[in-house]
Amino acid sequence: MSNIPEELKYTKSHEWVKEEDGVITVGLTDYAQSALGDIVFINLPEEGDDVTAGQAFSDVESVKAVSDVFSPVTGKVAAINEELLDNPALVNEDPYEAWLIKVEEVSDTEELMDAAAYGQVCAAEEA
Amino acid sequence: MERKTPLYDIHVEEGGKMVPFAGYLLPVQYGTGVIKEHMAVRQQAGLFDVSHMGEVLFTGPTALDTLNHLLTNDFTNMPVGRVRYSIMCNGQGGTVDDLVVYKFGEQSYFVVVNAANRHKDFAHMKANLLPGTEAQDLSDTIAQLALQGPKAPQIIAKLLPEDQIPKKYYTAIPNVTIGGMRCMISRTGYTGELGYEIYTAAENGPALWTLLRQAGAEFGLIPCGLGARDTLRLEAAMPLYGHEMDDTVTPLEAGLDFGVKLDKEEFIGKDALVSAGTPRRVRVGLVATGRGIPREHQPVYLAGEQIGTTTSGTFAPLLGKAISMALVDAAHSAVGTAVEIDVRGRRVAAQIVPLPFYKRA
Repeated sequence: MSNIPEELKYTKSHEWVKEEDGVITVGLTDYAQSALGDIVFINLPEEGDDVTAGQAFSDVESVKAVSDVFSPVTGKVAAINEELLDNPALVNEDPYEAWLIKVEEVSDTEELMDAAAYGQVCAAEEA
Repeated sequence: MERKTPLYDIHVEEGGKMVPFAGYLLPVQYGTGVIKEHMAVRQQAGLFDVSHMGEVLFTGPTALDTLNHLLTNDFTNMPVGRVRYSIMCNGQGGTVDDLVVYKFGEQSYFVVVNAANRHKDFAHMKANLLPGTEAQDLSDTIAQLALQGPKAPQIIAKLLPEDQIPKKYYTAIPNVTIGGMRCMISRTGYTGELGYEIYTAAENGPALWTLLRQAGAEFGLIPCGLGARDTLRLEAAMPLYGHEMDDTVTPLEAGLDFGVKLDKEEFIGKDALVSAGTPRRVRVGLVATGRGIPREHQPVYLAGEQIGTTTSGTFAPLLGKAISMALVDAAHSAVGTAVEIDVRGRRVAAQIVPLPFYKRA
């Protein structure tokens, strides 16, 4: 079973979302990192770039596969986790510490799920 | 509907992530992940189920002539107990498949082909048999395991007496007994590492796997899936059918000259290869110098002009770099050439490097 912290919100495309003082932090869930396998490359936007709810803002590559990461919100990139550029495996090691981007000036948000609802999405995909 | 190899239940027990491949359900990786599996083969040992591979037995007084007609390599002076790599071409010089030939006797040759090509190959072989040769598709009756890595000799030494272990690369011993099971063992593989491939009756597959796993435990042997098989062969620059070559790519373009004997009197595709002359496109190795991981089927550019297309690409776990192979115009194939690869709309800088990327010390 994958780890799904109660205090976070989730998307159907396996991003986790945390809101603090109007700033949204986005990362990949434990389920996503496990399904991807060893992550060897992460491409991130730059600070100040615009992101759009439901659109890809990053690609994450494991040894075998490429996967898009979708933004749960529309807004401006306030910060990127530069550590991941050199050490993408941090997402495998601790997916809820290894955030990808922080977004500010949020104007639109996708429908997000709580931990229980997201757990059901994962269970359905595993079946 | 995908088929299961005789080892399916064992893979599930071992934690394999099962995926469809060439008509079979096979593990792409186990719990430890592709990188650890890759490194185990480079540093200790790994065990692969390759039972999906196809096997065809050629017998009869003209078996040698049939192989010399069907295949690009020359089998005329091949000693019994040897293994030889070859290409099978179509009449246009394109590649039907690449394969290995084991010589069991003067009238008995065992040919191992790619799983995805098994039915196409067998039809092509049947259509081109000389009178006096029989070809039998044995694929469903055989389990094949690959034990690969520097510790493989120590592991196999626990299971077989010294004189039943092949000592030289590309040699085989057709009749050995491991744990009471009749096996054929060869010193071959698809990883660029020292190792063995062991063939046995399909029903013996699970017991042979278990024996090898137990014998290898003290040497760090772990089970390895298709993911590591691909990264290992790519690091060693071994071609994969459907990537580096196919029905439209000749073995000379794919850089497989060593398996093509143009001085042989005749073989299917020879005339086409000879009249095509020096290939206008060739296989090269590329290392990404920019950020990104080129994959297969991505355009390669030199000064804004497309000079070719990648055929395979991955992150190479041992080298820690993004490596790929490509078919490019021969005129622009020099080692050191700086190119760009279009990785899903983004240009990633890369450089042509010598092959293989990795060679065992």
